[in-house]
Amino acid sequence: MKGGQWVWAALLAASAMCFAKADGTWMRKVPQNDRTRTNPYASKADAIAAGRNLFLNNCAKCHGENAEGKGTRPSLTSARLRIATDGEIAWLIKNGSLYKGMPSWGGLPEQERWQMVAYLRSLNPQGTEAGNVGVR
Amino acid sequence: MLFAHFCGRVAGSRSAPAAVLGGLVFAGLLLACPNGWAQQEPPYFVTYSSALEEPGNLEIENQNIVAAPKNANGFFAPTVEFEYGVTAWWTAEAYIQGQATDHDSAVLTGYRFESRFRPLPREYWINPVLYVEYENVNAADKSFLEITGNTTIDTLQVSNAALRAELERSIEGKLILSSSVKGWNFSENMIAEKAVNEAEAWEFGYAVAASRPLSLKGSSRRCTFCRQNITAGAELFGGLGTRYNFGLGQTQQYAGPAMALNAPNGFTYKFSPEFGLNDNSAGVLWRFGVSYEIPQVRDWFRRSK
Repeated sequence: MKGGQWVWAALLAASAMCFAKADGTWMRKVPQNDRTRTNPYASKADAIAAGRNLFLNNCAKCHGENAEGKGTRPSLTSARLRIATDGEIAWLIKNGSLYKGMPSWGGLPEQERWQMVAYLRSLNPQGTEAGNVGVR
Repeated sequence: MLFAHFCGRVAGSRSAPAAVLGGLVFAGLLLACPNGWAQQEPPYFVTYSSALEEPGNLEIENQNIVAAPKNANGFFAPTVEFEYGVTAWWTAEAYIQGQATDHDSAVLTGYRFESRFRPLPREYWINPVLYVEYENVNAADKSFLEITGNTTIDTLQVSNAALRAELERSIEGKLILSSSVKGWNFSENMIAEKAVNEAEAWEFGYAVAASRPLSLKGSSRRCTFCRQNITAGAELFGGLGTRYNFGLGQTQQYAGPAMALNAPNGFTYKFSPEFGLNDNSAGVLWRFGVSYEIPQVRDWFRRSK
């Protein structure tokens, strides 16, 4: 392989790694115990409404009022969230993804985090057709 | 009443420091924008938790102290703080502070720059945060943003003119530990400070605090005074002497309840009476603060949004 080809190959590999890092790597970090946790407020209308309020207070400034995403901040209506379990979403809210810009919300009470999961699940029902892949 | 007296005194003064001080006091209050967002903040004034500013957000806070110490003139000390989330693991802050003393004068006392870093990428049982600060303040400072070393209440009897001539530049480090357990926040700060413009020993201090929202569940209706928007707790802080004189002797110690309202319109209001625990402390420090978070300031400087 000539020198120029090596450069192109390295660039291709680097960009593939970049995409791979932005391709839901957080989901692979979720411990099994967290992954299988169930949401005590799943599908409860009150919890979804409360989760919407919490979302507006804490998340909408980056992700948009309807979770549509803003600038480089991803949409939260995505194929990835449709396949994610409630436990995985709760883990992401609690821990964040600090090196990719998502802060930790571990300071919020656990009940409020589950209410937000209920709201996000209402936007991303499992088993529905996949939309755009947005969550990093 | 003391507050009104000082406000009137500062507003009525024609001196430049008084005008600037008045500006400091009202800078936070003038940000009465109708739209904004709240965040869950502990109600502490001195103790830091592991909560950092969200990346791209700018929070402007005006926090104030009113006190009438025994055998010294009463004072009013405002601080304005600008806190910016650089990344999800790094928050930078700048402070400007001043004070007005009854039967004396109003002076600017200095400025501070600080950064807080989260070294660990996930939430753990105890979450550490590293804090570094450079401060350039004179001895007239009455902000009580932290207490380190051996200090005496007698300092409050000295005139501002004499105190402001004594300038101290120092670096300060804190180890912040913070835990969230069943809705409670527990935070502990260990403080070490070293003057860089004079030969002084390392000084130490501490702050510990705990708080909890009145409700752990969010409400399904949009409301300002919902219980989950109100956080109550308590704070304890003071000096721990110096490298050569470590301990509680000749230090100031304070403790008191603290309360915060995280309003959904983006404002946070905090209040805390802090009581002096020994003869070396002022009787009561009445603290109150208001902050406003401006979301995604960095978007203003991007071409495409």
